Amino acid sequence: MLEKDLIKKLAKISRLNLTEPESKKFEKDIGQILESFKIIEKVDTKKIEPSFQPFEIKNITREDSVEKSLILEDALKNAEQREKNFFKGPRSV
Amino acid sequence: MNTKKVLEEAKELDKKYNIFITINENFDGKFPLAVKDNICTKDILTTAGSKILHNYYPVFDATAIEKLKKRGAGIIGKTVMDEFGFGTFSTNCAYKIPKNPHDPKRCCGGSSGGSAAYIAASKYAEFAIGQSTGGSITCPAAFCGVVGLTPTYGLVSRYGLIDYANSLDKIGVLAKSVEKASSCLQMIIGHDSKDSTSVKKKQGIQKKKITIGIPKEYFANVDKRIVVQVMKYVKKLEKDGFKVKKISLPHTKYAVPAYYIIALSEASTNLAKFCGLRYGLSYSSEEKGFNEYFSEVRTAGFGEEAKRRIILGTYVRMAGYRDQYYLKALKVRTLIIRDFKEAFKKVDVLIAPSMPMIAPKFSEIEKLTSLQQYTSDILTVAPNLAGIPQLSIPCGFVDKMPIGMQILGDYFREDDIIAVGKQVEKYG
Repeated sequence: MLEKDLIKKLAKISRLNLTEPESKKFEKDIGQILESFKIIEKVDTKKIEPSFQPFEIKNITREDSVEKSLILEDALKNAEQREKNFFKGPRSV
Repeated sequence: MNTKKVLEEAKELDKKYNIFITINENFDGKFPLAVKDNICTKDILTTAGSKILHNYYPVFDATAIEKLKKRGAGIIGKTVMDEFGFGTFSTNCAYKIPKNPHDPKRCCGGSSGGSAAYIAASKYAEFAIGQSTGGSITCPAAFCGVVGLTPTYGLVSRYGLIDYANSLDKIGVLAKSVEKASSCLQMIIGHDSKDSTSVKKKQGIQKKKITIGIPKEYFANVDKRIVVQVMKYVKKLEKDGFKVKKISLPHTKYAVPAYYIIALSEASTNLAKFCGLRYGLSYSSEEKGFNEYFSEVRTAGFGEEAKRRIILGTYVRMAGYRDQYYLKALKVRTLIIRDFKEAFKKVDVLIAPSMPMIAPKFSEIEKLTSLQQYTSDILTVAPNLAGIPQLSIPCGFVDKMPIGMQILGDYFREDDIIAVGKQVEKYG
């Protein structure tokens, strides 16, 4: 079972505010799910490499050249909070 | 094509079965194309089934959509899905929950539920676009009685897909027939410089006699009536000259935990970008601190399952747990991939039930715990972890509900699964 404090900590670093009932529910669900995950501990994975992708994929590089990109109006089109040609967000400093 | 009739039908079906998040009133084209709502469509609302994107109008088309438009596709609408693809039944939906056209008391399956329901119910549409991370094409295809084609990872560009888990996501097709699924796939494949994981590889051309493998692990814990039905079709294939062999995929029982650990690790990082800046749900933030603002937006914008998955995904890759869960799961994934590679040395395709049950009723889903819901993916997560091509095809009915069999092929051997699928289709 997960400790309540841990759920709170996880929610905080994930930038989520959980209500008390949500916290309780997640504590139970997630505890159960993590318990079921333990089955993989039994698998012998010594000398086994992790697969970050389904098959090996090579890095692809390209010239760092300036190309056509979004026009200003398109870039700002979906922003509700804006001022002049800027995105507007909370104060960071 | 009578665009007015197509539009009318879409509205009618939507009223009956809750298929669309958005219906495109400006629909026009040679043929109607319904698109899962996590795929960007220029100037058409694209929410990924989430309130956090309730106002997002992409300024570009996903590569797959661009390709289809060039072939004459008109976007008829964006289909209902589990929020960000987080679900097996299309019940974790922020807007509305799609109902199964075969029985509206039952779910459509997830997460490409709306696309599958549209193909099952429409007279006009022959294929629709879906997307799978851990079975989100196969499951709704089976539950709604349509064909579902999930291509090899990388065959279709993911550019313009709102990611769930980058190493698992594949754009694919739901269709009325194997032929239609295959022709739609041909229109969307190809390397794309905008997706570095998309591949140049050509698909194989099926020539030789195909040997079918029956993986025994995929028949345990499955509704016995489904097993009987699938085996009936296998027998028919055998009679028609296909060689059938028993096969074992020994790491199958570890696939669900490995899948969820990997998928949620990736999902929790992908979802970090939704923070109420630049696009999506936002508020005036002048009075608020940085983190206070982000937390407020994310708390209001994400549904319960998204929050659960973010927290779980954050946990399994947290310092101190990363090796135990995330890295371990990636190593188990290697073993699952090896299982398939070994199998494909002996056989060309594998056949198994698509889902362990028929489409459950909403009243039954309500009673399931999160863990029970995750466990329902037991037959679809391993092929998705491996990234091999999958074809789900209707093979009869149980309790008047359609069931599906899945045909799994080796990497880039879509030709093999399509050939077997076409044969199965002949049996009706």
